[in-house]
Amino acid sequence: MAKKILSVDDSASVRQMVTFALETAGYATVQASDGKEALALLKTTPVDMIVTDLNMPNLNGIELIKQVRALPAFKFVPIVLLTTESEDSKKAEGKAAGATGWIVKPFNQDQLLAVVKKLLG
Amino acid sequence: MRDSSAIEAKANGLDAVQVLTLGLGGEIFAIETERVREVLDLIPITRIPNSRPFIKGLINVRGKVITVTDLRVKFGMPPAAQTADTRIVVTEIQVAGEPTLVGALADRVFEATELPAASMEDVPRLGMRWRTEFIRAIGKRGDDFIIIADIDQVFAADDATH
Amino acid sequence: MATAVNPADVFRQEAAELLATLETTLLDLEASPEDSALVDQAFRSLHTLKGSGAMFGWEALADFTHHVESAFQKVRDGVLKASHDLISLTLASLDQMRVLLEQPEQADRVRGEALLAGFADLAGPGGHSAKPAGGHGKADRAAPPDETRVFRIRWRPARDMMAFGGNPLLLLGELRDLGACTLTPLADRVPALEELDPAGCYLGWDIMLTTTKSRSAIDDVFIFVASDSELAIDEIPVEEAESPPRLGEILVKRGDIAPGGVEEELGHQPRLGALLVQSGKVSGDRVASALSEQKHLREAAKAKESSSAGNTIRVPAERLDNLMDQVGELVIAQARLMQVAGEGGALLKSIAEDIERLAGELRDTTMSVRMLPIGTLFSRFRRVVHDLSRELGKSVNLTMSGEETELDKTVIESLNDPMIHLIRNAMDHGLSTPEERRTQKKPETGTLHLSAVHSGASVLITIRDDGKGLDRARIRAKAEEKGMLQPGQEVTDTELFGCIFLPGFSTAAEVTSLSGRGVGMDVVKRAIDNLRGSIEVGSEPGQGTAITLKLPLTLAIIDGLLVKMADERYIVPLSAVEECVELTRKDDNRSDGRSFLNIRGEIVAFVRLRRLFEVAGEAPEIQKVVIVGLGESRIGLVVDQVLGQHQTVIKSLSRLHDDQEGFSGATILGDGSVALILDVPHLVKFARERETAQRAA
Repeated sequence: MAKKILSVDDSASVRQMVTFALETAGYATVQASDGKEALALLKTTPVDMIVTDLNMPNLNGIELIKQVRALPAFKFVPIVLLTTESEDSKKAEGKAAGATGWIVKPFNQDQLLAVVKKLLG
Repeated sequence: MRDSSAIEAKANGLDAVQVLTLGLGGEIFAIETERVREVLDLIPITRIPNSRPFIKGLINVRGKVITVTDLRVKFGMPPAAQTADTRIVVTEIQVAGEPTLVGALADRVFEATELPAASMEDVPRLGMRWRTEFIRAIGKRGDDFIIIADIDQVFAADDATH
Repeated sequence: MATAVNPADVFRQEAAELLATLETTLLDLEASPEDSALVDQAFRSLHTLKGSGAMFGWEALADFTHHVESAFQKVRDGVLKASHDLISLTLASLDQMRVLLEQPEQADRVRGEALLAGFADLAGPGGHSAKPAGGHGKADRAAPPDETRVFRIRWRPARDMMAFGGNPLLLLGELRDLGACTLTPLADRVPALEELDPAGCYLGWDIMLTTTKSRSAIDDVFIFVASDSELAIDEIPVEEAESPPRLGEILVKRGDIAPGGVEEELGHQPRLGALLVQSGKVSGDRVASALSEQKHLREAAKAKESSSAGNTIRVPAERLDNLMDQVGELVIAQARLMQVAGEGGALLKSIAEDIERLAGELRDTTMSVRMLPIGTLFSRFRRVVHDLSRELGKSVNLTMSGEETELDKTVIESLNDPMIHLIRNAMDHGLSTPEERRTQKKPETGTLHLSAVHSGASVLITIRDDGKGLDRARIRAKAEEKGMLQPGQEVTDTELFGCIFLPGFSTAAEVTSLSGRGVGMDVVKRAIDNLRGSIEVGSEPGQGTAITLKLPLTLAIIDGLLVKMADERYIVPLSAVEECVELTRKDDNRSDGRSFLNIRGEIVAFVRLRRLFEVAGEAPEIQKVVIVGLGESRIGLVVDQVLGQHQTVIKSLSRLHDDQEGFSGATILGDGSVALILDVPHLVKFARERETAQRAA
């Protein structure tokens, strides 16, 4: 069965790009437009990996990661934080919150898939 | 020509054939000495599970793994217990076109000797107690018959029952 | 599923919305400049615009927006005020951004620069924010040098790595993809069982890597874990690799031991490593690791040598064959010596151990001499593909990877014909014509990829095409027609695809001159069987087919596991063995009739070799089950006893045994007797067939 990856981003075009790239590579995807929506979705949908944006309304990426890591079912799930070059400090913050890795925007599909492969195998 | 046989020796006008004589089920068999590599005392043989009955197993001859066969089975003779006289005669034969060393169990090995070509006859079609298709010729020595085995034929026959 | 909407169109629409939102936010902000929520919202809009813009091809927009975003970052940080000037400037910039979004080619650069200069002035001296260079994944990295380099990597992941979703094994796998790796695990920090946190990562690794990739490629592997792992990556100079340093030097250089400590022990010849461990100066792990470094360096130097022209000599292949035979004899003689020495005195034993080591090294050297890079074979196929693509009117791009992977020359020679057949098959049946591909929305040029990669004591060679994929329904129909499958019989993909390798099978609707005559795939199978290899087929409809050949590194000597039933001994190839477990009489009785074991929740079928081999006598109270991997499944082989590892010189069986299933050859044991080597896949098949036959009877 294909591994399922959750894409969390308030930008529809980023979600579109992420899910398109992942599905082309054979992964299944689900989407959420912010952290709050993502948390609600995770209560009913198990996923193998989460790719989340940092800056989002309602619940941002860092808070999302903290709350996801607190859920026993998602303790070992890889979480990738999407961040921009101007946010080097956010990488450290993300890691401290429990992110497994990060991708610096802008990125292309190959870079995304390389990171997914790195963390999901 | 490597495939020289008793019959061919006769046909080619040779006087005699060099053979090794050995005992098998009360009969005297002969194998041309040029096909015999060596004669070994009985050593432990490694059984091969689910192999055809005439294959007794494998032995180590100075680092080479050689198959040991029981010609009794091939000739349709009853099996016999191994004794202190039992030997393994290692011969070189052709199997599927490849020269192959094969050991054959003999109840005993008598001698390397010369069989006069004149003493050899074709195999009688009838009156033999066991399978005759592996016999090349019958030689006579005093009152004894000596059976000259067609050693390539013995192993070439693809016979699942033996 | 994937939708056909163009992400760029989605972005254009989204960006327009973002700009509209931004406009409203800015106007609100003008009314209440202290509202941090509004500042955050403006920042987020700019941020998204920048991040997505660069991804979907609006670089100029992203670049411009970056500067505006930076200004708002300063407002968030409290460095800059959301002044009237800032908001006016931003609103003016917003119009510029609209132009950059809708008609980037018409954007007025001078106006843009003037606007950005305005932001710089507002931010004050030094405020013009330069876009930080670099960043992960940027393509501006120095081009990787082509030469081979050797790196020493010591990595201890953070204990909580796995609790953060990380997996050390995946990273080690990535390193392996970079080049030849020698891994030595460091287990010295593993605590006692009662203190062990099952989710904790206690292991570390010393890794020697020979690669043509750059240092940054290695850094990339560790990019997410570098900050909280203990990680040291050192390049080992080429001169050092060419004359590998002594064990002591390596340990000192790594800081595992003080310089004086080595000299102290060197007085006591001959085995430094053992002495150092004994005297407590360094742990066994560290010595083992340093020894692997030494070995790795030797191999790297050897590889380097062989790649530099002028330093090679040509030797008739026959001499190599003879040499290998003689080494085989030596290994057998050495096994006998060890057996005798076991009963003798300490002196004899130590000499025997030295000879064991030398024989082992001689074996490795001799085998390495026989190794050839598979690229020598792959490159022959360029012409084949070229000619075939013309003949078939198909456009095919042949790509390769892992050409440097080495295999025994005999194996390489024997692979030529089967691989040509597989390539023909892929081009004939797998890949479609450019017209067909166009209708399937695929690039007109198909790809055929040949790859080779080491996997334990095996090499995996894959022939992958991006064509139609195997037609399951048609294979099924054909297999049923030929009586290979029963109608309605449930089969796995492996079983179904296995049918194409059966004699007399052909799915080609029309017979072409290349393939499809129903001969060939079974010939491929037989050729690979003869090499003691196996074939796996993977295929997705519309995506393509991958045929993987798993081949032993060498045909001459393997590591084996010696097992025993009554007084009979057999060798199980160690490469197939996964683990050994016990089978008590109680379990055996209980499982009787249904030969299954429960191993940690997984149901594993087993075969009683005693019964299969018709061994006389009773099984002992406690039997052993050797669990072997068989493609995707695992199966247990029940034996009386597991005697231990055995360096196995393979002697092939004569053609008299052509009908024999289940043994791939024989070997000679230390006491001079002969033991059979199990051919696990065929043995299991034989056992299953027999079971079926017995049940039917």
